[in-house]
Amino acid sequence: MFYRENGQFKTSYQSDQQIFPIPQDRWVILGIVAFAFLGIPLLVDEYLFRAILIPFLILSLAALGVNILVGYCGQITLGAGAFMAVGAYAAYNFLIRVGGMPALGAILLGGLTAAAVGIVFGIPSLRVRGLYLAVATLAAQFFCDWAFLRVKWFTNNSSSGSVSVSDIDVMGWVISSPTDKYLFCLGILVIFSLMAKNLVRGSIGRQWMAIRDMDVAATVIGIRPMYAKLSAFAVSSFYVGVAGALWGFVHLGSWEPAAFSLDRSFQLLFMVIIGGMGSIVGSFFGAAFIVILPIFLNQILPVIGGLFGLDVSIALVSHVEIMIFGALIVFFLIVEPHGIARLWSTGREKLRLWPFPH
Amino acid sequence: MSFFLETLLGGLMSGMLYSLVALGFVLIYKASGVFNFAQGAMVLFAALSMARFSEWIPGWLGMDNLFMANVVAFVVSVVVMFAVAWLIERLVLRHLVNQEGATLLMATLGIAYFLDGVGQTIFGSDIYKIDVGMPKEPVMMLESVFEGGILINKEDFIAAFISALLVLALTIFFQKTATGRALRAVADDHQAAQSIGIPLGRIWVIVWCVAGITALVAGIIWGSKLGAQFSLSTVALRALPVVILGGLTSVPGAILGGLIIGVGEKVSEVYLGPMVGGGIEIWFAYMLALVVLLFRPQGLFGEKIIDRV
Repeated sequence: MFYRENGQFKTSYQSDQQIFPIPQDRWVILGIVAFAFLGIPLLVDEYLFRAILIPFLILSLAALGVNILVGYCGQITLGAGAFMAVGAYAAYNFLIRVGGMPALGAILLGGLTAAAVGIVFGIPSLRVRGLYLAVATLAAQFFCDWAFLRVKWFTNNSSSGSVSVSDIDVMGWVISSPTDKYLFCLGILVIFSLMAKNLVRGSIGRQWMAIRDMDVAATVIGIRPMYAKLSAFAVSSFYVGVAGALWGFVHLGSWEPAAFSLDRSFQLLFMVIIGGMGSIVGSFFGAAFIVILPIFLNQILPVIGGLFGLDVSIALVSHVEIMIFGALIVFFLIVEPHGIARLWSTGREKLRLWPFPH
Repeated sequence: MSFFLETLLGGLMSGMLYSLVALGFVLIYKASGVFNFAQGAMVLFAALSMARFSEWIPGWLGMDNLFMANVVAFVVSVVVMFAVAWLIERLVLRHLVNQEGATLLMATLGIAYFLDGVGQTIFGSDIYKIDVGMPKEPVMMLESVFEGGILINKEDFIAAFISALLVLALTIFFQKTATGRALRAVADDHQAAQSIGIPLGRIWVIVWCVAGITALVAGIIWGSKLGAQFSLSTVALRALPVVILGGLTSVPGAILGGLIIGVGEKVSEVYLGPMVGGGIEIWFAYMLALVVLLFRPQGLFGEKIIDRV
């Protein structure tokens, strides 16, 4: 009723090709972004920032990167955690080894380094695909885990590979309070999502999707598979690397290689698949789901145990937690294999026709 | 020379254990096209159930014979693994027929999480020992050939022997029995197999049961070496390069791949490791598999991948 495009006529190509062709969408998105920037800092307390909102923003950025590779270009990767680690440690090294390096510059250079490493580990994708490629990308994960633990130069000779960064300074703005951190991450996420949306709408995004749908056919119609696949690896690793640098610099402050372990890679892939492959908004849904679910389970399980008069130990909670987590993921894949983004678009379709669906 | 031989033999034996886990992957992938990430969780689950039942059963039945307790525990564990296999087919795979590879992969990851959680909730999360009477002491061999001979772990030797036996049994099962023929038919072509009256659902249950038994054997062998504990589920990650190297669809490939990776890992760790700070075993295996993939994208023994538009 309120969400209907009757009577809206497009009179130029420009208006037909906007990101959000329907004004209602445009206003809602603008409203959400404005609320995220202005409203949330006033409403939310520190715990919520630290435990949910900042991890959500950074992991959405990483999920966006993984989605470009897995959802748009169809190359399954299990090494995303490694690229986060590369981004974080490269940014750290740029920050401490180059005099006068601004923090934002270090973060972006960390992303670029991750992109370079991503291209190298993307080379096998030219020969193998599907599950073989997934296992090949695991090589990146194990290699990086090992490198940041054993090669002392990367971690400035710290013993266990743990490094720390003090509050960063972006053009005079010292980012120390949770609200600052939130706003900084939000700003970067908004810019990067806009970039991603435009990339996947443009010619390069179409090339990625052609490769995803059938790479032999794409080659036949003149798409260069090497260029398309490696550019997807580069862009994806850049996003993931920047997210890794943010995760280290802004969220953790001090970290060690275990922060970017194989579990992180699995987590990112879960976000993409549960959120919806090949959908920008799906990355956000997936990240929200995966970030909030464990916290929710952690809070709710002792309460439920208490209802039945059971004394729930911490170890038991963590076991039941991964059990329910696994079961929910399987359940979700069965109910909606195309992810939350599909539910979202079905809902929107319904809303357009509501309340007169015929 | 004898040190090199020792390393080589050690590599061959641990390679045999890798192929045991890899076999589980290959069986399921061949028959249902599912890349089963939960194989490691199944190994852990089986090992935990074996360890705990062999501990509980003497208490329940009031017997103190270690051998009998182990036999009963083994039987119970087999039943448990069958139940797991049946439940996975019934509750998960049946609903995910014809989905994309990535979705199935994620589903098995979900199963892996679930099994890890359930196993540790029911059986506890400490390190339990599995005592099936494997001899621990090392023996000297070939003393007449080399000076000093070579030191071999008897336990490894027996484990390698059991793995070889299991592989042989599986080969006979696949080649000579009617069920084995049906399994191979399903692996070749799902639709064709279904059209001549082979029940897909039942075949999948059987394959998962067989994979469950290999997981149990692997769990017992690894468990009696390292103790039944959470880190067993990472054994699957060590076995992945084996599968890739040998080819996802080939049983001989899994065995040979296991031997190559086992030897490669040990030799590289001993001779290359000290130069770069050690601990290179795990990524070296992956790199080895990667190099092979660059030249043979289907692995050493996999079916040739043919692209059609």
